[in-house]
Amino acid sequence: MTPLIEFRDLCKTYVMGDTIVRAADHISFSVNEGEFVAIVGKSGSGKSTCMNIIGCLDVPTSGEYLLDGRNVGAMSKNELSEIRNAKLGFIFQQYNLLPKLDLLDNVAVPLLYAGKGKRERRATAQKMLERVGLGDKLHNRPNQLSGGQQQRVSIARALSNSPSVILADEPTGALDSRTGREVLEMLQALHKEGNTVVLITHDNSIAATAQRIIRLEDGRVTFDGPASDPKAGVEKAGAMA
Amino acid sequence: MSFSESLSLALQNIWGSKMRSFLTMLGIIIGIAAVMVIVGLGNGMENYMTDMFKTIGTNICEVTLTGRDTSRTASVEDMYEVLRDNARYFDNMSPTVSMRGSIKVGTEELDYTNATGVAETYFEIKSYEIAEGRALHYMDMEARSRVCVIGSYVANEYYGGHAVGETIRINGAEFTIVGVMAQEDDEPARGMTDDVVYLPYSTAARLSGLGSVSSYSFTVIDEDNVSIAKTALENSLYDIFRSEDAYMVISMTQLLSVMTDMLNVVITILAVIAGISLVVGGVGIMNIMLVSVTERTREIGIRKALGAKESSIMVQFVIEAAVTACIGGIFGIIAGFGFSSLGTVIITNILGFDMEVTPSAGSIVLAVGASAAIGVAFGFLPARKAALLNPIDALRYE
Ligand SMILES: Nc1ncnc2c1ncn2[C@@H]1O[C@H](COP(=O)(O)OP(=O)(O)OP(=O)(O)O)[C@@H](O)[C@H]1O
Ligand SMILES: [Mg+2]
Repeated sequence: MTPLIEFRDLCKTYVMGDTIVRAADHISFSVNEGEFVAIVGKSGSGKSTCMNIIGCLDVPTSGEYLLDGRNVGAMSKNELSEIRNAKLGFIFQQYNLLPKLDLLDNVAVPLLYAGKGKRERRATAQKMLERVGLGDKLHNRPNQLSGGQQQRVSIARALSNSPSVILADEPTGALDSRTGREVLEMLQALHKEGNTVVLITHDNSIAATAQRIIRLEDGRVTFDGPASDPKAGVEKAGAMA
Repeated sequence: MSFSESLSLALQNIWGSKMRSFLTMLGIIIGIAAVMVIVGLGNGMENYMTDMFKTIGTNICEVTLTGRDTSRTASVEDMYEVLRDNARYFDNMSPTVSMRGSIKVGTEELDYTNATGVAETYFEIKSYEIAEGRALHYMDMEARSRVCVIGSYVANEYYGGHAVGETIRINGAEFTIVGVMAQEDDEPARGMTDDVVYLPYSTAARLSGLGSVSSYSFTVIDEDNVSIAKTALENSLYDIFRSEDAYMVISMTQLLSVMTDMLNVVITILAVIAGISLVVGGVGIMNIMLVSVTERTREIGIRKALGAKESSIMVQFVIEAAVTACIGGIFGIIAGFGFSSLGTVIITNILGFDMEVTPSAGSIVLAVGASAAIGVAFGFLPARKAALLNPIDALRYE
């Protein structure tokens, strides 16, 4: 089985004047379909860099990134857009909903760029919103919602075009611990339904939600294994197992 | 994303900030209204001139014999000969003698009335109808009779409508009114077509002490070939006088076309100047679109992360600019019609011209096309800026 996500000796360097920052330093790992992986590490360890590359928002400096067996580094901007639309569902720390659109239209944005018709977009968006428990707020604007609700909208949006990978970057970063927990439970539920989830966080207790941990330090992988392994360094929160 | 979806997205954004959108459109609105009013004014003036010339007769060539640079002369008979020679082009001719003297009805002086000596053919040439009595006859020319035909205005103003058989004094001589013309103008007025007296040219020539008649009106058969007819006439006259300075042939159609050409040049220049405000309007749109791209950087980042291609973003912004310009264009057309009507009211009521400001369909089509083109052209740069934004930076933008 080809892995869904595969990093092969991947590097991303930034040149700042005469210093070279190795944000990703020879990273190799692969994620199979149906896995729930957390990428953890301290600030500046290279998590966002990895996330941008996984999310096809950026391309590696060297090495290869294969998504579903296809080399992303060789793709044109248009192809990257298509891949983002079809294969990836983003959940951002700041929700990143479009303030002028109602929830239905927000959730339907990926479907719009997928070229789906209006009727289909609305039907799918409504189904997704109902799934995250916001079926009664279809025509509200994002600013009429609490942070937790907004994050649920962004989960609905991430799911709307049935992506191969759900990519969550600090999804609980702006939420209190209780609503944060709700969001994590939702990610776990998605995983149980067979979705591939990649969670990016600096918080070990949040990373513990995942099945597998990839720990980054200074752009390098220092641990890659099951969350239950004591060397993963994430303490299990009993109720969440 | 389909065109109609981009369109509805653009309309949502325009509607979302109505005041700003309106102010953005203002340049286009003013530009288009200005072009329409100026072109409308030009059309109005042209129509006005054409109408004026029509009353004179566009099928007429006026010949004036100046007698300059020649010892030869031409009699009325010679001119009838010229008409016969050019029967291919002209079907009629009448000498005309303008009287510059007093016209009196009883003791009342008619200062604005034109008295003209003409041949019996003149009424045919001008297609004037006689409402009462008779027209002038060939016999009147031969006999140099003191008879005349008057316009309806004179008949109504000074004779209470019953003028036939009455008398009128021209340069002190008493004339019997034998006929009254049918009303020509819709609103007969002093000094206009209906305020006239026609007497036999022979009588007029003698009365004003002229040896020979120096003005003639020829009617062309084919109005579309006036210039050929005019050349033929000039050739005949040259054969008589052997000098180009001895005569002058003026065709009303030619005069009209020269004048409308001149008018069109002036109007075009004015319209182009007004059109410059359209460019200013376009720059206004570009400016606001650039601001809008900056403001919406994060939105652009989000849309790109969710799968928008550069082309989708590009199209979205170009369409938004074009739609803004087109809506401005539509308001501009409405304003243009409004100002045109206002202009007509002002010109007719305050300046007293019977002229209508009529914007042409062509200028409207041009205006709308221009505004759409301006929208696309000036929306292009901001749209490109938006499309090329790096999604990672755009997503981080606060
Ligand atoms: N655009 C850039 N230009 C230059 N250096 C960059 C750029 N983006 C990231 N870096 C550098 O690369 C390294 C890794 O950054 P990255 O954003 O991936 O860290 P992170 O793990 O996401 O940190 P945080 O938890 O603070 O978000 C850092 O040293 C950072 O300064
Ligand atoms: Mg980061």
